[in-house]
Amino acid sequence: MKDNHINRRNFLKMGSGIILGASAMGLSSFRSVAYAAGNTGLEKVKLSLGIIPLTDCAPIVVAKEKGFFSKYGLDVAISKEASWANIRDKVSIGALDGAHMLAGMPIAATLGVGALPKPTVTAFSMDLNGNAITVSNDLYERMMKADPEAMKSSSTSAQALKKVIDQEKAAGKEPMTFAMVFPVSTHNYQLRYWMGAAGINPDQDVRLIVIPPPQMVANLRANNIMGYCVGEPWNERAVEMGIGRVIATSYEIWNNNPEKVFAVTQEWAEKNPHTHQAVIMGLLDAAQWMDKPENRMEVVKIISAASYVNAPEDVVKMSMTGTFQYTKAEKPKDLPDFNVFYRYAATFPWQSHAAWFITQMLRWGQITKPLDIKKTAQSVYRPDIYREAAKALGLPAPTIDYKTEGTHKAPWSLTEATSPIAMGSDMFSDNMVYDPAKLVKYLAAFKVHNMQVSIADLEKMNG
Amino acid sequence: MKSKVILIDENHGRAALLQQALLDAGYEVVAVIHDGDNLLAQLEQTPADIIIIDLESPDRDTLEYLTSIHQNHPKPVVMFAENDDSDMISAAIKAGVSAYIVDGFNTARVKPILEVAIARFREYHAMRCELDAVKNKLAERKLVERAKGILMSHRGMDEATAYHSLRKMAMDKNLRLAEVAEQVISISELLL
Repeated sequence: MKDNHINRRNFLKMGSGIILGASAMGLSSFRSVAYAAGNTGLEKVKLSLGIIPLTDCAPIVVAKEKGFFSKYGLDVAISKEASWANIRDKVSIGALDGAHMLAGMPIAATLGVGALPKPTVTAFSMDLNGNAITVSNDLYERMMKADPEAMKSSSTSAQALKKVIDQEKAAGKEPMTFAMVFPVSTHNYQLRYWMGAAGINPDQDVRLIVIPPPQMVANLRANNIMGYCVGEPWNERAVEMGIGRVIATSYEIWNNNPEKVFAVTQEWAEKNPHTHQAVIMGLLDAAQWMDKPENRMEVVKIISAASYVNAPEDVVKMSMTGTFQYTKAEKPKDLPDFNVFYRYAATFPWQSHAAWFITQMLRWGQITKPLDIKKTAQSVYRPDIYREAAKALGLPAPTIDYKTEGTHKAPWSLTEATSPIAMGSDMFSDNMVYDPAKLVKYLAAFKVHNMQVSIADLEKMNG
Repeated sequence: MKSKVILIDENHGRAALLQQALLDAGYEVVAVIHDGDNLLAQLEQTPADIIIIDLESPDRDTLEYLTSIHQNHPKPVVMFAENDDSDMISAAIKAGVSAYIVDGFNTARVKPILEVAIARFREYHAMRCELDAVKNKLAERKLVERAKGILMSHRGMDEATAYHSLRKMAMDKNLRLAEVAEQVISISELLL
């Protein structure tokens, strides 16, 4: 003890020298930022990118934490936002350079659905799949009782819900409440698609509300809602707590459906083309790294942190490592495609996907004026920018902008690409086929809808 | 008729400041909601013309949905859709405040209410910054005191010499006095 003390004293005698060393260390960290700023070609180096704390914010977080952004000279700060509305508004006014957005959001922002119109673009799709519909244990039991046959498959399970709804209607009960996360969310369209396929009208037969994802589980437990459609970790959280069961994943509603995108305003994209490309290159690197199964546990560790998703690693892990647990009583099932970040051309901004979201916005009455669907899709989804970034990295990219959905039951190869790309299945739960060459016909085929625009008017503009 | 306002803000202090300012300006504050649990039920029970909400509240998305189903139920409508005054919107977002109005409420009447909100949010923010600055200064002074103490007891300096060596080092290294003090403390923690 005493010797130790003497040693400490001796060390301190060298005091000023040590302090000098320490301050030099402090300065060098400032310098690395200065080097990055010297990188040529970038219009902007310091960026602020918004995320919502969900597991699929991962490409942005991983690109920052694993150095993929700094590799291309970018100094990115990540801003965790409290709501999708904040993300939209802050990107719109330029308080954020870009953000993690729901795939339909840049379209809604451009058209002014629920906000002032602000032309917004995406040149990068962040992931495929990743959502699920969870119902309370009590509703699950009632659905099982109403139609055990339909409950055997996630694609027909809504038929059992239809029977429960019909019983409740006959008994004069109030409609059940279901929740999702945002009016123009993939979750809203998935939940409505799943219900609509079974003849449930989501605007009449149930009450739909929006609840922020972190509050879903508590609301299910309090019986405020009977079920919800949300991203991870909020389905697995309810399963782990034993208060709900997953009844369908978004993968089962539409195999390899587009989920989130990285979006910026059109104005920002025009002002910062090199920076935009650098961001997309960083995201492409991140997506490739993340899609390797051996890296997924590191992804889980990175995104679980309090500054990002802020959820236990064990829960985040449940959907990120190739399995998915539907109920506490059963073991997790293999579902390797629950989160797809790179394979199957997952990062490509298909204009056919944008057009699909527009069909659903029309179907549910969110778009109230006739519009040219393809022209809108082309102004928002920008594969041209994606291809530049992919080319710079020597990665294969599709050479077409539109693809049909609902025709591949098994893996297939996309040959309309700079080199062939292995693709996954793309079936819908109701076996409908989406042909982007016949958009209005596709839209007209939905029996359940709340259209505010006539098919005839749409045909005039989409001839 | 007085416009009826609902405030949604987790921050009790700021909500109280804004509530008073709105009352002074002649508005009726019909509810102040600090906790978003059961938000929809609370909103249904309390009819209002305009909802002022903290931008950092996750409940914004819940309000957004009410705007999308207004054809069936008369419910709040996002002001951004009704008001093309984008400078105002930008100012509101920068101040950290957002507003939703009930369908049919005259948008011209939104502006003065939102102006009061923006001003109070800014005022509150400035107060917080000032408080943080005072706290920081105090914390910095404590650091310098500790660093001086270390130099005095371990290098046998008197107080004035200890202070001057810290200051000289700060000037030589182009660092703030508190930063030098922090380094002295952390190195002494490492070695002593």
